[in-house]
Amino acid sequence: MIRLLFKSREMILGAAILVLVAAIASRFPAFVAPSNLANVFNDTAPLIILALGQMVVILTRCIDLSVAANLALTGMAVAMLNTVMPGLPVPLILLVALCLGAFMGLINGLLVWKLDIPPIVVTLGTMTIFRGIIFVISGGEWINAHEMSDTFKAFPRAVMFGLPVLSWIAIAVAAGFVVLVGRTPLGRAFFAVGGNPHAAVYTGIDVGRTQCAAYVLSGALAGLTGYLWVARYAVAYVDIAAGFELEVVAACVIGGISIAGGIGSVGGALLGALFLGIVKNALPVIHISPFWQLAISGSAIIIAVAFNATSSRAKGRVILKKAEHAL
Amino acid sequence: MVMLAKGIEDASPQSGEGSAPVLSLTGISKSFPGVKALSGVALDLYPGQVTALVGENGAGKSTIVKILTGIYQPDDGQIRINGEPMSFPTAQDAGSAGVTAIHQETVLFDDLSVAENIFIGHAPKTRFGLIDRKEMTRKAKALLERIGAQIDPGVPLRDLGIANKHLVAIARALSIDARIVIMDEPTASLSHKEIEETYELVERLKADGKAILFISHKFDEIFRIADRYTVFRDGEMVGAGKIAEVGERELVKLMVGRSVDQVFPKRTPQLGEEVLKVVGYAHPTEFEDIGFTLRAGEILGFYGLVGAGRSEFMQALFGITKPSKGAIRIDGKVAVTRTPNEAIGHGIVYVPEDRGKQGVIKGLPIFQNVSLPSLKQTSRNGFLRLAEEFTLARDYTQRLDLRAAALDQDIGELSGGNQQKVVIAKWLATKPRVIILDEPTKGIDIGSKAAVHEFMAELAAGGLAVIMVSSEIPEILGMSDRVIVMREGRIAAEYEGADLTPEHLVRAAAGITEVRT
Repeated sequence: MIRLLFKSREMILGAAILVLVAAIASRFPAFVAPSNLANVFNDTAPLIILALGQMVVILTRCIDLSVAANLALTGMAVAMLNTVMPGLPVPLILLVALCLGAFMGLINGLLVWKLDIPPIVVTLGTMTIFRGIIFVISGGEWINAHEMSDTFKAFPRAVMFGLPVLSWIAIAVAAGFVVLVGRTPLGRAFFAVGGNPHAAVYTGIDVGRTQCAAYVLSGALAGLTGYLWVARYAVAYVDIAAGFELEVVAACVIGGISIAGGIGSVGGALLGALFLGIVKNALPVIHISPFWQLAISGSAIIIAVAFNATSSRAKGRVILKKAEHAL
Repeated sequence: MVMLAKGIEDASPQSGEGSAPVLSLTGISKSFPGVKALSGVALDLYPGQVTALVGENGAGKSTIVKILTGIYQPDDGQIRINGEPMSFPTAQDAGSAGVTAIHQETVLFDDLSVAENIFIGHAPKTRFGLIDRKEMTRKAKALLERIGAQIDPGVPLRDLGIANKHLVAIARALSIDARIVIMDEPTASLSHKEIEETYELVERLKADGKAILFISHKFDEIFRIADRYTVFRDGEMVGAGKIAEVGERELVKLMVGRSVDQVFPKRTPQLGEEVLKVVGYAHPTEFEDIGFTLRAGEILGFYGLVGAGRSEFMQALFGITKPSKGAIRIDGKVAVTRTPNEAIGHGIVYVPEDRGKQGVIKGLPIFQNVSLPSLKQTSRNGFLRLAEEFTLARDYTQRLDLRAAALDQDIGELSGGNQQKVVIAKWLATKPRVIILDEPTKGIDIGSKAAVHEFMAELAAGGLAVIMVSSEIPEILGMSDRVIVMREGRIAAEYEGADLTPEHLVRAAAGITEVRT
């Protein structure tokens, strides 16, 4: 029974999060107050959304390092759009953000697909280019709260059924990804391409096109988050979310998404992001220097990877597995 | 060419005659799990002579090369060099004993210079222990001149063609004072001119007193440059002697043998309508003018030497690579297969040679591996229906008698044979018209082979048109209704009925036209 419970990586990570929360709560009960937990979740929402997009990219044996730059560029673009056309309704802004982000994802995807450039090189390059473009279009200027229209700023913070819209969007994206990854041919193709690209080709799956689709998804979500981020913090500048792509990749790795591709789940990405979010929010509460946060995140990554490596190695033992089934 | 051949005959040293072999193998055996690769073979190499090693694919030629170069250890038997018993626990030991091999795909370093490649591991040093570049370049130049190669020792290896890379490998062999040179199909990927240069080089090495083991499938070159021959068949040495005392016909007979120990399922093929017609398929570099027809219930064998373009053609037929010309018809209607997806849509499926690499997808459970190419049928409105996938997988894996604890088990937990069943179930679930099996029994044990053959016969009996690519003559003869032989990217011959003999196949594959006796 215990073995069954601990069978999946997600379960173990979930248990680790519960232990972490319980440990914090034992000293600072206020941390587990529902309102605070909701705050923590809302703070983590951008990370969750990006981690889900990153997950499908990593599933196909690629990586997207340009998500944070995409987020910043889209954020700047919609903020500038808002200053020029303050009357533009929010749904249109969301659409622009999604399309702009998806377009940047498409650039990554096409470079990986058609030119066969290694994903890490492509996205390292586009990451720098996107940041450069922000500087070019903004001239290095900030767009501050007073320059943005109220409706533009209010959307992510508006509270519905007790949670801000930002949180609801993260929940909706996660739900959408459960369906996409588990119940559509494209979702299955992500696993097949990452699990064995050669076999995927022989099965009639276009590997490059599938990888490109993953990048478009990741890009669209980065664009969406770009608007939400800029509106929530009511500021846009060149360096927003600098370095955030590494946190996104870290969330995926902690969540058990294999960097080698083909293994991972929506639940894993979600929990990985939550783990990082809780650590980040809890440390100031318990008066630990935020610098420790980096060390803790780093240790979590190494522990997660080491754990995944040993669990996949155990899979090779066919005889033991058979014995297990017989029991 | 004739002049040259004559000249060589006169020049070839007869001093080697009667002299003791420099290298002598006796009773060498080597087994791998489930396969006996070599059983008690003997091989002698004489200084200043070329010994041709001939045999079918899988006869044990590459195993003996690997034993000689210290990559494999023999289970039994003795290696003697100049009468001294030796063993080669590592490749370095083989090298220092004077054995060197020049492979088809030479193992050299593309980004180092020619001189560095020649002297890697034993470069001349200055008195400070640093590499003496000047001395190295000078020595490299001398070595290259000795073998008549016009190569600048300073250029990076990358800039050289295959033939010149071989020359560098040979210069390297000379630099470590190799006495025994193994050449494994050195002319397989060379142009006509380069082949001539290779022959000249072999003559130089002979004149230098090297003992040469020359592995080749080409009979014309064996008769042109070899002094002796050794024939392997199914891991045994079946004949050896002087090339002057043997005819081509005799050599072919030794190679293929008469006894076919395997038992193949008895079939009475029931040929149906023509299913597939291929006309003038061509590829800029791999194959040309491939055309044939295939009927329902027929097993069509594709025989040829490795590199004859069989798999390349099949991949084009399946839409993995693009042909430059040609058309196919399925059931009389023109079909286009630009992608594997389109090929599957037309009912053509391809079970690749390397099933581990190209077949199963680890990480996906068994039933999802089976349903992967059939997701269109098992989904509705773009959403997958897992229950349908499960039913599909259960139906087809049951037909193949799959042994698995549960269908949602990870496929990686299955044994190799069962994984193969999943791969085949996957294709049968797409309800194909034509199934292409590329080397279906390569690397599996005799028992599983029989099961695969049985199954193939069942598929054909069920009305499926089967294309079987195989390099094993017994399998081709035992299973096929008709055989197409490919050579150098073209169809060399087509045989059926009484014409389907091992001699015919080997001759067509090797390109032997005239009969030498």
